Amino acid sequence: MKEKDKPEETKALKQAKDNWTVDENTLANADLPEEERDWFCDARPKVVKPVSWDPMEKFLNWARAHSLWILAFGTGCGAVELRPLLTARYDISRFGMAPRPTPRQSSVFMIGGYVSIKTLKRIVRSYEEMQGPKFVVAVCSCAINGGMYWDSYNTVKRIDHYIPVDVYVTGCMPRPEAVLAGFQKLQELIMAGKAEGQNLYAENFDWYKANQKQVITDWNMPDYNW
Amino acid sequence: MNDKYPPIVDGKSVYDLDSQKYLKMWQGPQHPGVTGNMSLELDISGDQIIKCNTHVGYLHRGFEKLMERRRYINCFPIVCRICVPEPDTNEYLFAAATEELLGVEIPERAKWLRTLDLELSRLASFFMWIGGQSGAFGSGTVAQWSIAYRDYVLDLFEELTGARIYHMYMIPGGVRGGLPEGWIQHAEKVLDGASKLLDEIYYVTFHNSVFKSRAKGLGIITPDLIDRFGVVGPNVRGSGIARDLRKDSPYLVYDQLDFNIETETAGDTYARTLVRWKEMHQSISLIRQIIMLMPKSGPLYTTLPNVLHLKVPAGETYVKAESTRGEYGYYMVSDGSEFPRKVTVRGPSYSHGMALLEHLAVGVNIADTHGLMISLHTYPPEIER
Amino acid sequence: MNKIYEDLSSRFTLSDYHQQRDNLAFVTVEKAQLVSAITYMRDYLKFTHLVLMTSVDWLEQGKFQLTYLLHNYELHVNFGLKVMLDRDNAVMDTIHHLWGHARVYQRELHEMFGIDFPGSPGVNEPMILESWQGPPPMRRDFDTKKYSEETFDHRPRQHVEPEDYLRQNLYPED
Repeated sequence: MKEKDKPEETKALKQAKDNWTVDENTLANADLPEEERDWFCDARPKVVKPVSWDPMEKFLNWARAHSLWILAFGTGCGAVELRPLLTARYDISRFGMAPRPTPRQSSVFMIGGYVSIKTLKRIVRSYEEMQGPKFVVAVCSCAINGGMYWDSYNTVKRIDHYIPVDVYVTGCMPRPEAVLAGFQKLQELIMAGKAEGQNLYAENFDWYKANQKQVITDWNMPDYNW
Repeated sequence: MNDKYPPIVDGKSVYDLDSQKYLKMWQGPQHPGVTGNMSLELDISGDQIIKCNTHVGYLHRGFEKLMERRRYINCFPIVCRICVPEPDTNEYLFAAATEELLGVEIPERAKWLRTLDLELSRLASFFMWIGGQSGAFGSGTVAQWSIAYRDYVLDLFEELTGARIYHMYMIPGGVRGGLPEGWIQHAEKVLDGASKLLDEIYYVTFHNSVFKSRAKGLGIITPDLIDRFGVVGPNVRGSGIARDLRKDSPYLVYDQLDFNIETETAGDTYARTLVRWKEMHQSISLIRQIIMLMPKSGPLYTTLPNVLHLKVPAGETYVKAESTRGEYGYYMVSDGSEFPRKVTVRGPSYSHGMALLEHLAVGVNIADTHGLMISLHTYPPEIER
Repeated sequence: MNKIYEDLSSRFTLSDYHQQRDNLAFVTVEKAQLVSAITYMRDYLKFTHLVLMTSVDWLEQGKFQLTYLLHNYELHVNFGLKVMLDRDNAVMDTIHHLWGHARVYQRELHEMFGIDFPGSPGVNEPMILESWQGPPPMRRDFDTKKYSEETFDHRPRQHVEPEDYLRQNLYPED
C-alpha cells in the first residue's frame, strides 16, 4: 500500500471502532452470542518489529524467502494455474514453495481471482489463522479492480481493502510464468524487508475490520481469528 | 444395517448431535480434498457419513444478471469464465444459441474447427480430472504426469487461439482463425504422447490394488437414480446406459465422425473412471479424424451486421452439447432488443454436484468423500455461475 | 413433436405452441394444470429427464415466466412447458417429489427471483447468497451496477463502458 492510500481516521471508523474495542489490547467479540465469547481469543494482532541486530534480520529474511508454503485454497479461477506450477514443467519447488493444506502451516495466501462475499468471509478467517510471517499474492485482474465483474453484485472489487496484499499479478488468466514471476518478486521483497503486509494489517486493524464488516453483514465469528 | 447408524423413524434418521456419539464436520471450502470452492457439511458416526449437506455459492458472480445488461457481443467474452477447466463448451453454446435466434448459418470449415476445439478442451479437462481422481486415492504420480501433460494440450490451444485457458475462439458467426502453419505436426506429436501416457496411466491406476480396493463399490449409481436425479454424461455411461448427445442429437460435425459410445456396467467409481479413460482415447481418435477430414480452405466466419446495433429477433431456444460432465445447455430468451432477455446456463454439475452427492455420500468413509466427489466430476463454478 | 402436442392438448388447456426446431418445442400451460401435465409427460410420454427449470422476468407485463424443460431419451426431443405467474404473488406448486434435483432448482429460483414453492425441502434456506440484504437479484428491477457502486469500494481508474469502447474503436462513424 502506498502512502497516499493509507486510511484516514474518519468519524465513522472511530464509531465502529468503539463497537469492537474493550481497551487497547482487547476485542469485544460483540457479534458472538454472550456465552461463546469466552471461547475465543480476544487479543489484537501486534506489529512484529525487525530483530535489532541487522545481520540476523537479513538471515531471517533470506530464510523466509526460501521456504514459502502456499495455502491450498482455490478461491477463484486463478487456482487452475497453480496446479501446472506444481508439476514438472514449471516446478515451483525449485524456489522452496509447496502447497500446504492448512493455514497454520502456510505462509503465502494466493488469492486466485474474483472474491465473492461468501468467500471473502472464509478468506479473512483463513488469513487471520495463518501464522506470521505471512504474505498475500493477488492473482488475476478481478482481485485487483473487479476485472470482468466490475458491475457484479456479489464480488468484491478490490481485495486490498479487506486484507493487505504484497504482490499483484495481472491478467485474466495470468500465465503460469507470470504467477511464478509474482512469487519471485515476493521473494525479492521479503529479502529486502519490504513485504510488510502483516504489520500493515496489525497497524490498520480497525480500518480493515471496518471494511470487512461493511461487506460481510452477518459477522458471526470472532473479531480476530487465531 | 450397521449399528453405527442412528435409528430410522418415519424414513428419517433420528440422532442427537449433542449425544457425543455423532459429530458434525465441515469439509471445505478451504480443504484440498474438495473439488473447487465448495463445502460439505457432514454428520458422521465414527468415520462414516450419516448425512451430507452441500453448500455452494462461493463462486457466484451473477452471470445471468450481468448478461442482461451487456450486448450479445459483450456477453461472448464473459461466458467462457463460467467453467474454468473446460470453457469452450460455453463459448460454443452461447454462439450457437445466438446464431439460431439470428438465423445465421456458419461456414463448413468453422464447424470443423469448432469440433476440433471442443475435443481438445475435452482432452485437457479430462487430463485435469484424472490427476484429481488418482490423487484422491493417494497416487500423486498420475496427478504429476497428467497435469504436466495437460500443459502440452494447452500449448496447442495457445498456438490455435492465442490463449491458454480462456480462448474466446468461437465468435457468434464462426471462429476467429484457422490452423496456423505447422500446427498439425505439433498436434500429432502431442496426441502420440498423450495416448502413450494414457496407457501408462492405465497400468499404474487400474491395476493398482489401492485404487481397486477403494474405488470399487464406491458411490454406485443405480439406473433408478439416473432418472430421479437427472444424471448425465459419463456418470450414466458408467452404469451401462449408452447416452451421448454427440450420437443422440448430433451437433456440428459429429455425425460425420466415427466413434462409439463407451460404457461400463458396474456404476461405481472404478467404472466411471474407466469410462472417462476410454473417452480420452476416443477424444484423441476424434481429433485425428478431424485433422484428416477437415476442409483446408474456405471462409472462417459469416460476417454479422454491425454488432452494436445487432438486434436478435424475439424468440427462445435451448441448445445443448456433450461436455466432459454431460449435457451442457444454454436456454436463451430474446425480446427483440439488443440485449438478451435471459440466458440460463444448465451446468451438468447442477444435478449430480448437489442432490446426487448428498444421496450417495451416506455410508461413505470421510477419506473417500473426495474420491466420490471427483468421480462425479463436479465443477462448482457451473453450479452457481 | 406434433403428436405429443396433440396428445397433451386433448388433456390439458394449452396455448401458444411454438416449435423451434425438429427436436425442440415450447408450450404454455395453465398454472393449475402444470404439475399434472408434467407428471403425465414423465410417466406416460417418457419425458424422464428434467433438464432445467428457470424463470424469465417480464417486468413490463408484470409476469414471471417459469420454464420447465423436459427431455425424452427415446425420441431425443426436448419439450418446454411454460407457466405465467403473477409477479406480485409469485407462488408455484412444487415438483420436488418428481425429481431429486428439482428442489435445488426451486431453492435457487426462490433465492434469485423470490418465487415461492411451498413444501419444497429447504426452499427458504439461502443457497448461494449469504447474508443478502437487497431484493432478489435476478429480478429485472434490481440494478446490479448501482448496487455494486454503492456497496463496494472501487479502485479509481479510467472507467470505460465496454459499449463505448466498442463504439469508439470499431465503429467511429456511429
